[in-house]
Parts: sequence; structure tokens; C-alpha cells
Amino acid sequence: MRTPGSLTWFAGHEFRLAWRDWFAMVTAGRRTRGIVIALFLVVLAGAFHLMASVFIAPWAAKGIVADKSTLVLITGGGFLFWTVMLSQALESVTRAYYARSDLDLILSSPASARRLFAVRTGATGILTLLLSLLIASPLVNVLVVYDGPHWLAAYGVLAALSALSTALAVLITLGLFATLGPRRTRLVAQVVAAIVGAGFVIGIQAAAIFAYGNMSRFEILQSDAFVDTMPDLSSPLWLPARAAMGDLTSLIVVAVVGFGAFAAIVALASVSFGRFAIAAGAVSRTHVHQSRPVTFRPATQKQTLRRKEWKLLARDPWLLSQTLMQILYLVPPALLLWVNFGSEVGVFIVVVPVLVMASGQLAGGLAWLAISGEDAHDLVVTAPLPPRLVLEAKIEAVLGTLAVILLPIIVLIAFNSLAMAAITAACAALSAGSATAIQLWFRTPMRRSMFRRRQVASRMATISEAFVSIMWAGVAALLAGGGWIALMALLPALIAIGILFAAWLLSPKGKAV
Amino acid sequence: MSLPAPALEIHGLSKAFDRPVVDNLELTVRAGEFYALLGPNGAGKTTILRMVAGLTPPDGGSISICGIDTARDPVAAKRIVAWVSDEPMVYDRLTPLEYLEFVAGLWQIEAGEAERRAHELIGWLGLAPHANERCGGFSKGMLQKVALAGALVHEPQLIILDEPLTGLDAGSARQVKDVLKQKVASGVTVIMTTHILEVAERMAERIGVLARGRLIAEGTLAELRTRIGRETTLEEIFLDLVAEGTDAQSAAA
Repeated sequence: MRTPGSLTWFAGHEFRLAWRDWFAMVTAGRRTRGIVIALFLVVLAGAFHLMASVFIAPWAAKGIVADKSTLVLITGGGFLFWTVMLSQALESVTRAYYARSDLDLILSSPASARRLFAVRTGATGILTLLLSLLIASPLVNVLVVYDGPHWLAAYGVLAALSALSTALAVLITLGLFATLGPRRTRLVAQVVAAIVGAGFVIGIQAAAIFAYGNMSRFEILQSDAFVDTMPDLSSPLWLPARAAMGDLTSLIVVAVVGFGAFAAIVALASVSFGRFAIAAGAVSRTHVHQSRPVTFRPATQKQTLRRKEWKLLARDPWLLSQTLMQILYLVPPALLLWVNFGSEVGVFIVVVPVLVMASGQLAGGLAWLAISGEDAHDLVVTAPLPPRLVLEAKIEAVLGTLAVILLPIIVLIAFNSLAMAAITAACAALSAGSATAIQLWFRTPMRRSMFRRRQVASRMATISEAFVSIMWAGVAALLAGGGWIALMALLPALIAIGILFAAWLLSPKGKAV
Repeated sequence: MSLPAPALEIHGLSKAFDRPVVDNLELTVRAGEFYALLGPNGAGKTTILRMVAGLTPPDGGSISICGIDTARDPVAAKRIVAWVSDEPMVYDRLTPLEYLEFVAGLWQIEAGEAERRAHELIGWLGLAPHANERCGGFSKGMLQKVALAGALVHEPQLIILDEPLTGLDAGSARQVKDVLKQKVASGVTVIMTTHILEVAERMAERIGVLARGRLIAEGTLAELRTRIGRETTLEEIFLDLVAEGTDAQSAAA
């Protein structure tokens, strides 16, 4: 039996909670559902392996050698991937400090806060590794099959990089606590996570746009000009790539750096964990004074509801950043549009679907906040107005916000091509409308602070929202292509309508609206 | 001269979740009355009040508020009702004044009048020093007072309170009780559930005792004492009635 309060006891406690949480999320209390999801995951894994084969097979057929161009490609691609791991680790580490749950109980007990921190940081590392395995394992497995078992070493590199990204995430969070204090750390860490996750991808896309006029990240990594600017083969920069390709010495170095950084940072940061976690817990108790005096203004019931939604959104920078970070992904298409201003139609095939996809995702997040994330649910339900009016006002608030964000880009497109602007506006409206409808059908009252849980509250809503946005983006791309290709847009449009119909049928509230 | 309609009239009200929670309930609360609804945990108090407030649809029966059938005209009924739950639901990012402006907007109170009432209520409830602070940093007692101010700003004829004094300190509880007394004195009807029997004993004109979703006793404190045949506290009366009611229901089942 494990000694209560020991490292293994805490680890067992955390593992049990995480397992039950995950199991409940996957099965939703129904065994058959778990089996269906397991089968779906197997099919999905098969599909990922198939897609990976399509990319890897021709490369492997030519023979993969550790020359400079290969090392640049693996290092560049790996670095892109690592930034996403770091972003994920930053989010998890911030949660370890700010999520209350059982933290108050443990911190008020005689148990060691240092041990708890070590276990929770370890859990972040494992979670980061699992998420990276989801994406990277098909590529690694296919490389093992086509090029040899030496590629299995890539799993070791992934584990070391997960540990390194977790260590860096803790270091960044500690730095933010020390410089900005607990009040701003959560927001800034969130923004940093989004910028780290998207920034490098966006940066390299921007470079590709300026240099080559397209949005491919890998085009630039494979260009001779870029490869020539890179250090020679003896540089330590290539160690992770060499390690992934099976070089044992490089693998040992990478593992020592990754796990060593993790151990060092856990030892260093665990001392201050209790103090910072308590400070983070006190943030919600601080008093914020509104400087502008309140003057009651006449308003209709719908205006009152819309104003409230906008006010709450504007005053919650953390929630705002969670939702609006997707706007970051609009930067490359906007840049592409700017660079190719007045040129051929081809550029729109890239830009328009990105905008449509982003509108759907953004509308989904905002719609959850307005429709499900109602902190005074009882008040709104007991107010003397028909429920339909409440929903209408909330939908207007969501779509109004979205219109303000998208309008400048649509105007920019309109200067170039009115037809393309019309396609973008129509498909973005369809995508946003579909995502909002799905949120409406699957609405479940929750505190706004539960925003992160929205994706696990209804997997059906999340999946259908994502797929319907992709389908409308497909419609937009085909319409932007023009000519006979535009006729093909009917197919994704019909699929989108089918998904919406299925979501409506399966939703608990769909038929009630 | 005809008598005014009762503030609340319930006939045959039923609600079941995985088991019956409210069972064919008959209840009438007179206009201008302070009525306390008591019962052990799980007796159905909150479910009854949520059905009256329009938050939970009943399975059967009818609810009439000041003569308005809540099923036929829910909006008209809601216009004259206020609901305060034990868990104050206010927006962390709004100040008390902004919250009251929002409530007044939902109930369509004229802006100038709403502002006057809001300042008055904030003064009554001792919230004036915090009127322009966001509610996110407030204690449970302060949040409960903001929620109560929200319930009163539209001057309802019927106020429904579910355990409104839970978690309040003595001073805050006193302020809330004083405000409720003033409202009853001005003709407003108050229906309240509470586990603090002393509050019901001191404030309520009539008391209803529930067990397993049924009203097992009702009357003034004196009437309830007569019923159990002892000159004793409400706590003793309540425990006797609940035990008696539960036994009778078990025997009937």
C-alpha cells in the first residue's frame, strides 16, 4: 500500500481522477458508446496511417539519407510541431496553478505541495506526449515500415521534447508570475500559448507568401536558398533530427537535455508552487472598480440582452482571448491577399475557405458563451419575455461580433473582386449560422468560466461544428475556383446540410427550438 | 366587494424525476402574506418553487399567480414574480448598478424610475460603497444582496425565495429580513423556504410543512401547536409533523 501523501500516492490519485474523467467523457455512461468511439478511433488511426503513407512512401523510395536537406526538413517540421507541444504545455501548466477543484483542499492539508506540483507537472508532460503521439505516431510508424526500425528512436525524441516543452512552459509561467503577478499571468500565458502555437506557423507562412507567393510551410524548408543559409552538418542544431533517425549518441544527448531540464525545473518551481497557486486563487476575490458611473439608459429587452453580452465579453479578456485567438489564423490569408492584390483568382481559393472556416469556429465559441455560458440563467428564464426573444438577442450579439471582425477583410476582398467578396460573405454567414445553430441545439446552461469544458460537454456538437465549417469552407473554395469546378460545390453543401440535419436529429434541444 | 385573487393558487401539482418529487399538491397563499414552506431535505420545496417561477415545467396540475394561469400566459405571470435562489446568480463582470440596469431592462422598467429604485435598494441593503465594484470580488452575502436587489427592482407582487439566508452573516441576514418585512408591510406576498426554523417562526404568518412532495400540515404557528397538542417551539412541531407525515405516507404506500 502506498504511503498517503507520497509521490506515488499523489500520482495514483491523479491517475484515478484523470482515468475516470476520460472514461466518463468517452462513454458518457454507456458501454456501447465507448465501443463505437473505440472503433471510430481505430478507423481514424487507419486513415491517418494511410495518409502518412501517401507522403512518406515516395520519399522513402528515393532513400532517406541524413544529408543537410533532410535534416533541415525534419528539424523545421519538428520545430513547427514542438511549438504546438509547447503551446499545449503552457495551457496545462497555467491550469495547474489556476484551476481550483481540489487544490484548496490539498494546499490546506499537511500534504506536501511540492510533491503535488511534481505529479501535476509530470501529468502535463505525459498529456503533451500523448497529444503529440496522436499526430506524430502515424508518420513514425510508416517510416518504421518503409525505412527501418531505427525510426523508433523518434518516440524517444518525442518524449524528451514533451519533457522539454513542459519545463519551458513552467519557466515561462514562473517568469510571468514574477513579473506580471497572478492577476495577469493567466491571460498573458494564454496569449503566449496561442502566439507560440500559431506564431511560428504564421511566420513561416508569411515568409513563404513573400518569397514564393503560396501558403505552404514546407515549400520554404525545401528550397535550396533556405537550406544554404542553414549551419553545416556538424551543428548541434541537427541533434534532434539525427536522434529521430536512430543515432544513439544524439538520442542520449536529446534525452539528457529534455528530461534534465524537466527535473531541474520541477525541483526549482515546486518550492514556489503553493505560494503562487494560493495567489492565483485569490485573484477572483480582488475588487475591480468601474470608473464610469452608471446611468440607466432606455432599451428594449433585446437591446438589454445584447448590451449585456457585449459588455461581459469585452470585460473578460481571458475568455475573449480564448475565442478570438482564432483570428490569428486569419493573418496569413489576409497577408496573401495583400501581397497578391489585383492579381489572379487563384489566391482566393486559398484565402476564402480559411475565412469561412475561421468564421464557423469563431461563431461556435461566441455562441457557446452567449447561449450556454449564462451565469444568471435563472434570472433570464424568469424574466417576462418569450424564450425565443432571448435566443434571438443572443444570436444577434454573436453574429454582430463576428460581422465586426470579418467586415474589414471582406471589404478588402471586395476592392479586388465583388464576386469573391459575395462568396466569402455568403459562405462565412452559412458557416457561422450553422455553428450557432448547433450550439443552440446542444445548449446546456453552464458558468462562462467552464468555457474549456464546452468541447467535452457535447462531443457531437464539437464534431458536427468542425465538420460543417470544413464543408462550407469546401463550398467556398470550389465556388472561388469558378467555371465547372463551382458546380462541384453542391456536394460539400449537401454534406453540410446533411451534417446539420443529423445534428438536429441527435440534439436534445434541436426539435424544441 | 370581491376578495383579491390569491397571490398563489396551486392545484394538483405533480412532478417526478426518477421518483415522484411533488405529488398532487394543493396550496393557496393569500395576497400580502409571508408564507414559509418547510420540509426535510428532498421534500420537494425547491422543485415546487422552481415550477412556480417557471424554471421547471410541471408534469401535471395548475399554477395561478394573482389570478394569472402560468401555463396560459407565462410572460404576464413572470412580470409580477421575482425569484431568488440560495445560489446567487449574478454576473461577475458587472457592478451591482449595472446588474440592476440589466434586470430593469428585462422587466422594461422606465430608465429614470429604475435608476431611482436601484440606488434606493442599494442603500437599503448596505451595498452603496460597492455599487461601482464588479461583483466578481464579492462575498456570498454581498452577492445574495445583489440578487435580492435584482428581485426587488421591478417591484414584484410575489417574491419567491429559496433558502435566501444560507451563508449570510448575522448583519446581512438582518438586512435581508428587514427588507422582506417592509415589502410584506407594503402588500407584497413573500414565499420562502428555509431550514432556519427560528426565521420562519418569527417572520411567517403561515407555515406549510412538506414531506415527500405533499403538504402534510399548514397554518399559523398557533394552529400548528394546537394540531400537535403541545405549547412548544417550531422546531419540535416541525420534527413531530414530519415524523407523523412520513409514517402516514409509508402506511398508505
